[in-house]
Amino acid sequence: MNRPIRTMSVFALLLFLALMLNATYLQYVRAADLSGDARNRQVIDAAFSRDRGAIVVDGVAVAQSRASDDRFDYQRRYPQPRLYAPVTGYFSYYSQTGIEQSQNAVLSGDDPRLFVTRLVDLVSNAAPKGGRVELTLDPAAQQAAYDGLSALPGDVKGAVVAIEPSTGRILAMVSLPSYDPNELASHDLAAAKDAYDRLIAAPDQPLLNRAVQTRLPPGSTFKIVTAAAALEDGLATRADSLVPGGPSYRLPLSTAVIDNGGRSCGTKKIPLQQALMNSCNTSFLALADQLGHDKMTEQAERFGFNADYLTDLAPQARSVYPREADRAQNALSGIGQWDVSATPLQMAMVMAGVANGGVVKKPFLVDQVLSPDLDPLDKTTDSDLSRAISPSTAATLTDMLVATVSSGTGTPAAIPGVEVAGKTGTAENCDGCRPYAWFVSFAPARDAQVAVAVMIQGTDVPSGDIAGGRLGGPIAKAVMEAVLNQ
Amino acid sequence: MLLPLVAALNGLGLAVIHRLDLARGDSAESGFARQQLVWMTVGVLLFVAALVIVRDHRILQRFTYTFGLGAILLLLLPMVPGIGTEINGARIWIHLGPFSFQPGEVAKVLLVLAFAGYLVRHRDALALAGRRLLVIDLPRGRDLGPILVMWLISLGILVFQSDLGSSLLFFGLFLVMLYVATERPGWLVVGGTLFAGGAYLAYRLFGHVAARVDIWLHPFAHYGDGTDDRGRQSVETMFGMAWGGLLGRGFGHGQPYRISYAESDFIMGAIGEELGLTAVIAVILVYGLIVERGLRTALICRDGFGKLVATGLACVFALQVFVVIGGVTRLIPLTGLTTPFLSYGGSSLVANWVIVALLLRISDHARRPLPTLAAAEESSDEETQVVRML
Repeated sequence: MNRPIRTMSVFALLLFLALMLNATYLQYVRAADLSGDARNRQVIDAAFSRDRGAIVVDGVAVAQSRASDDRFDYQRRYPQPRLYAPVTGYFSYYSQTGIEQSQNAVLSGDDPRLFVTRLVDLVSNAAPKGGRVELTLDPAAQQAAYDGLSALPGDVKGAVVAIEPSTGRILAMVSLPSYDPNELASHDLAAAKDAYDRLIAAPDQPLLNRAVQTRLPPGSTFKIVTAAAALEDGLATRADSLVPGGPSYRLPLSTAVIDNGGRSCGTKKIPLQQALMNSCNTSFLALADQLGHDKMTEQAERFGFNADYLTDLAPQARSVYPREADRAQNALSGIGQWDVSATPLQMAMVMAGVANGGVVKKPFLVDQVLSPDLDPLDKTTDSDLSRAISPSTAATLTDMLVATVSSGTGTPAAIPGVEVAGKTGTAENCDGCRPYAWFVSFAPARDAQVAVAVMIQGTDVPSGDIAGGRLGGPIAKAVMEAVLNQ
Repeated sequence: MLLPLVAALNGLGLAVIHRLDLARGDSAESGFARQQLVWMTVGVLLFVAALVIVRDHRILQRFTYTFGLGAILLLLLPMVPGIGTEINGARIWIHLGPFSFQPGEVAKVLLVLAFAGYLVRHRDALALAGRRLLVIDLPRGRDLGPILVMWLISLGILVFQSDLGSSLLFFGLFLVMLYVATERPGWLVVGGTLFAGGAYLAYRLFGHVAARVDIWLHPFAHYGDGTDDRGRQSVETMFGMAWGGLLGRGFGHGQPYRISYAESDFIMGAIGEELGLTAVIAVILVYGLIVERGLRTALICRDGFGKLVATGLACVFALQVFVVIGGVTRLIPLTGLTTPFLSYGGSSLVANWVIVALLLRISDHARRPLPTLAAAEESSDEETQVVRML
């Protein structure tokens, strides 16, 4: 009987070998695959209780993890929640947004660049730690923007973006209404879920980062782009080149007539500088029509329209210059109406491009990434997005925008002793809607250190009083001063 | 060597069950670990009792038919209204007062003894050459009787008790013992074909079998909201084991409580998550060693009955481990069986301790010096073999 017993031994050996191979396949070969499954609660729980890296602004943590003694080992805390929420986003059991999401690999410690750290952790049996993310934000500018926007009456909806023109570093990014990400990061999962449901249902959309996720007609601030296109094309060559003016303008192929809201725009021909200072609709409607749809589109796209450029935050709205437009629509687009729309970040980039001699820098929020031991892993270097206009066009535009602040519609943004370039805007995207106020600026004009875009989508100010200069000007001024006073 | 291996497994099982009790919030008194400890004590007492009572395993041969009848009765018990209960779709439990009991586990041991006794007596008849087909000797038609009966019983268990695992186990056990007794691979061919056919028929005819296979093939289609969620156990086990990786999360640092029945059938999932692939392989190796010891006992044993009993017990053990761990790790469709010595479950634990007692007794007997007079008679059918490595 021994031969069959031996056969059975071999058979049993095969069975056990199969078991071991299968276990190896499951726990080693397929492990990464299975752990990556979105339905894998173990992984989500572990990620939620991990010692996540901090998000730091100028040496101060705006998001950090503290040891916790409940079901999860670490609790995510946001010391200045409403000020930084649009940038940091939130880290909840169910989802993440903002930097928490885009830099998740580093913050959680899963990034390949942290491989050595992870290996050491594994050997020393320490819990994995996340890396640190340092942002480009300037706390003073951020605070100034937040305070300025919050000081407006009523429930403010709006956003402020400030950029360093020579590098593309984002110095301030504020969106109102904001929210408290601590509520969403709560370990009381039911409370966190309730908070999320409440925020997502709120009519004011507090979870929206209006600086990059809301696009609205930029109104008169877009006239900078139209003026740039006219200068590049040679329709005008200098600030005092004569361009069409007049009290009213009848749209091509249409009976609709548009006026200048009572501002002084001459009778037939006026200098380009006057047209920009007084925000003459008639002039820029005519210029946009003369330039035509192709040239207007090209100029807008060289400033960043119809493209995505900010990789540090997702999702973001893409600013649009309409690809299809007839002559009337193209003319209206030239004054920032009809289907042209821009995010506050985009308008800040237009100003930064002008301030930087015509070169638009790629905007970025993440300055550098550090390992848990604070060894630098990666530092963002600035890069050109495009050359939007020639240096001479930039210089001419700067002159005109300085005049706009010193003696035109942009006077509220003037800073004593500093040359400020700026432009107001007021726009509406439907008849009878409350208008939006815009203000864009940079300073100092000859050596710009900061370009700002302020967008006020809604506040408790009578419609007639909504004007970019009066509402947005002081906010832009405060942000610029915060940067310049350092 | 058997005893330390078994004690290690039993201890590991207790620790894991206690860990799951803690996760569930049970106190030390009311948890599964406490009950398991009681059962372990009963098991060890029975183990000692078996060693004391059964001085010579050959006396068990006298009760061949008693054991056979007992096994069949035990298997039928869950079908009796009143005491049989259906748990999780399988009708394999009986309730007597406060005790619940899986008679199949005890029947397993009795069946091995009954088969061994029957086969030792009839092996010559069964081993007679039949027709030769290709290169395999097929048994005679009239000898097919017992295998057909066993096949029907297995299918009966599968169909009426919805117990895939036991059905596979008993039939596989019978087949192996038949093969060992007759030394004729033809039986394996016939039995294997019968089993494959039966399994295929069951798959086509019975919903619960088809459902098991479907969950095995597509567990993710049965997981999460919007599905029947019947694949949850399987998917959570996979997630857990993958999460454990090579070294595991560390004892107490995983979430094996996500897996339902982690303390019984799915205990390997809990071990895989918290102690890692390393522990899973170690546990499988320990099982392998136990089986190896059993089969070696069979090799050196001098009497046919002892050989058959040892082979049968070792193989039933091997098959059970394969079926349950294979099911948990999705090598084969999931069947409801306990993991020997590890899983929570009194009947299984007690039965397995008795198995070890029998193996030890046979082993001890085989290694004793040959009694001078009776030796020639007993070893007539087979020379004592030199022990060889597996």
